[in-house]
Amino acid sequence: MDTVIGVQYEGGVILAADQSNARSILTYQSNLDKITKLSPSSALAVSGPNSDLVNFSEYISKNISLYQLSNDGLQLSTHAQANYCRGELATALRKGPYQVNCLLGGYDAPSGKGKGSLYWMDNYAALSKVNYGCQGYASNFCLSIMDRDWTEGLDQDQAVAIVDKCIRELEVRFVMSQPNFIVKVVDKDGVRTLKFGADPADN
Amino acid sequence: MARRYDSSTTTFSPEGRLHQVEYAIEAINNAGTCVGILAKDGVVMASEKRVTSGLLAPTKSSEKTYKLCQHAACNVAGLTADANILIDQARLRAGRYEYQYCEQIPIEQLVEHVCNYKQAYTQYGGLRPFGVAFLFAGYDAHHGFQLYQSDPSGNYSGWKATVIGANNQAGKSLLKNEYGSSSEEKEGEMKVEGAAEEIAMPDVNEALRLAVKVLNKTMDATATSPEKMELFVMSLKDGACVHKILNKDETQKVIDEVEAESSAAGDS
Repeated sequence: MDTVIGVQYEGGVILAADQSNARSILTYQSNLDKITKLSPSSALAVSGPNSDLVNFSEYISKNISLYQLSNDGLQLSTHAQANYCRGELATALRKGPYQVNCLLGGYDAPSGKGKGSLYWMDNYAALSKVNYGCQGYASNFCLSIMDRDWTEGLDQDQAVAIVDKCIRELEVRFVMSQPNFIVKVVDKDGVRTLKFGADPADN
Repeated sequence: MARRYDSSTTTFSPEGRLHQVEYAIEAINNAGTCVGILAKDGVVMASEKRVTSGLLAPTKSSEKTYKLCQHAACNVAGLTADANILIDQARLRAGRYEYQYCEQIPIEQLVEHVCNYKQAYTQYGGLRPFGVAFLFAGYDAHHGFQLYQSDPSGNYSGWKATVIGANNQAGKSLLKNEYGSSSEEKEGEMKVEGAAEEIAMPDVNEALRLAVKVLNKTMDATATSPEKMELFVMSLKDGACVHKILNKDETQKVIDEVEAESSAAGDS
């Protein structure tokens, strides 16, 4: 089961996800990147079956690119992107649902909000703006850590430290082995990878 | 000579023109004038009201100004019946955007949508174009206050100040001379010719006066009165857009101010 973790801090959002792609007793891949860049300052971390994970991420990211192309480079705010994403989940819900649970993290420049925002979305198209969140079994282990350690006005290092703490907890207490995690930051300088357990580019 | 290429919208003439579209644009030159002026703290739209009969009992609050959404409004010049269809389209588009993104639609996207709808009637189906020109006034977080003009061809452009409807050329030439130079500035500073960046945007009150001045020029009657014109102002209050159509007293006040200005200018 996938683990997806997100922490919002002053100036951006940290998103982390495990890198395994497995079904039943077989691991297909252990360097999968489940965090997709949506726009120059937002990213979507997705958990779910690989088919829906990839299809949904690409569908959303391409539509957001289309918006930017059609509107002279205008960028959607994180709030708008999250609601768009939720709308797509909602439309598909009673037709053929996407079995994905996501965390959308973005940074809005000061004229908008000047800070990072994190949105939690599930496969039933519920949407909630949160300061920190998880998807999957990870919630059982990690939410209490984040409840205790998160405060307003964290900096990037502190936010990453919280994420690291969550990952270590899972290594100790979660029955499934998740050897690799990829951690990305979304801030005023864009979306970039901080660290990974296995290089997604390796074939 | 171009007669046989006139009747169908979907046929180019040998000179590469769409005559039906041009005729539609002509139709608007007989309609009541609308002036739009962009101010630094809002947008002003002033229109000539053509009262056809004293027996009229109007049902709408305005025949010229229509609210499209919380942060956009438009003025109409041309066939009102045609305009109603397009205004519905605009309102739907604004509403659907908000439904999808939980955010207000950027004004240019709203204008472009209406214009794309109009363009279809110049290319498909053998239907005639819409005989309407619009002035769109709106506010969004990306570009602040904006003013757009669109015509039956589906073309649109953004303006600092513009006029549509009857005598629009006279109105435009007045705006060209007077927009961006307030009476206080004229005395002291040098105006740099042709440097668009030097234009000082008026505030809403100056814009209102300039709009009335333009209407005075374009309207047939020599005496202007509040019954003959409608003044609309869009501004921000506490971060939200406010749409206001001036009432009779407020309109009279602006008319009086313009009257005073012109007689003062006449004296000096």
